[in-house]
Amino acid sequence: MLVTVGVLTAVAMTAVAGATMLASAAWPGRAPAAAILLWQALGLGWGLAAVGALAALAARPAHAGVAGGVLAFAGDAVRQAAEPAKGPTALTAFRVACLVLAVALLALLCWVLAAACAAVVRTRRRHRALLALLARGDPKVPGALVLDHPAAAAYCLPGLRSRIVVSAGTLDLLDQAELAAVLAHERAHVRERHDLVLLPFTALCRAFPRAGVAVRAQHAVALLVEMLADDRARRARPARELATALMRFGVAGATAAPSGALAAAQADSQGDVAARVARLLEPQPGLAPPLWAGICCSAILLVVVPAALFVIPL
Amino acid sequence: MDVLWDTAGPLTVREVSERLAERELAHTTVMTVLDRLAKKGFAQRERDGRAWQYRPAASREAYVTELMLSALDQAGDRQAALASFARSVTDSEARALRSALEAFEDRTGD
Repeated sequence: MLVTVGVLTAVAMTAVAGATMLASAAWPGRAPAAAILLWQALGLGWGLAAVGALAALAARPAHAGVAGGVLAFAGDAVRQAAEPAKGPTALTAFRVACLVLAVALLALLCWVLAAACAAVVRTRRRHRALLALLARGDPKVPGALVLDHPAAAAYCLPGLRSRIVVSAGTLDLLDQAELAAVLAHERAHVRERHDLVLLPFTALCRAFPRAGVAVRAQHAVALLVEMLADDRARRARPARELATALMRFGVAGATAAPSGALAAAQADSQGDVAARVARLLEPQPGLAPPLWAGICCSAILLVVVPAALFVIPL
Repeated sequence: MDVLWDTAGPLTVREVSERLAERELAHTTVMTVLDRLAKKGFAQRERDGRAWQYRPAASREAYVTELMLSALDQAGDRQAALASFARSVTDSEARALRSALEAFEDRTGD
């Protein structure tokens, strides 16, 4: 069982190290879809390996896999509790502690994900209800709602009953072609459910708000889904329109920036808009097929290895 | 809701129906809609004798501001309930973008 613990710990540490490297890597902008896949694998692999390593410490040695070992240990512990004459040993106490930690970590991860989903559903419901009262349609932006506010904003409210919203300020800021490009971008978000991609990383960020790597992961994935939507919009509209729309938004947004919380958010999103503009105006070549294959294999290994160790004994 | 926003004081169901006379809505329809608005917290109601009086919980501008703040404050709350086209940028980034935009427009203008 010690080999299993070692491998799982190694996978968990590799995932953290890989996340740190990926956060500062240059290639994700060239292949946002592959980078998102790798981020997902890093997150899932880390979770499985961390929970698995703790559970494996508790598992009875030389038994089938982490899952079987944990069950056997739980059975032993219950039997031992029924015969208090033998008394618990220090080793048993250590194992119980590991098992409790493993269950606690698993529960925390599931809970923050559920809480994040619930919060998002609540916020969206209120937002949608308010939009129904406040927003109007406009022939300049077919299929989108217009909110009467002078500041520039364009966003989508994803979900089963999705909405795409632009502010009146946006209608003044952008020309017809740029508006169409922005709408294409937002439609890509809605169609491909990019919000679901981002949600687990947002939840992880809330679970470990002080872990720099979780915050960087959330930020990186948020930027990658924007780039992915830019790429989709570029299929339908010239990249130039989207790029000028982004630049106009950036220039207009800075003067209208409101609250204090935003200042902190701005600090870590420094350069995001500029990076998106740059890759729209000067497209970089995509990744070479061998690199693609390498990324996919790493992603698969990161998830399959810890998952397999739950059932296969080492 | 527009009727409530456009009136200073609280209104009864009958008064709202009168203001919507051209829409020819049934009294019960108006009552249901107002009841629903009150349940969602967008309207407040109080008893005035035998009838309920409704007033908006907040002004139209306050609600628009709320929506815009959640749209612009995307990165701040990290909730990802909605996806903004562009996050707000720092002043230095905006300056860089402005010069890039001007350079770009000069180039395509030729």
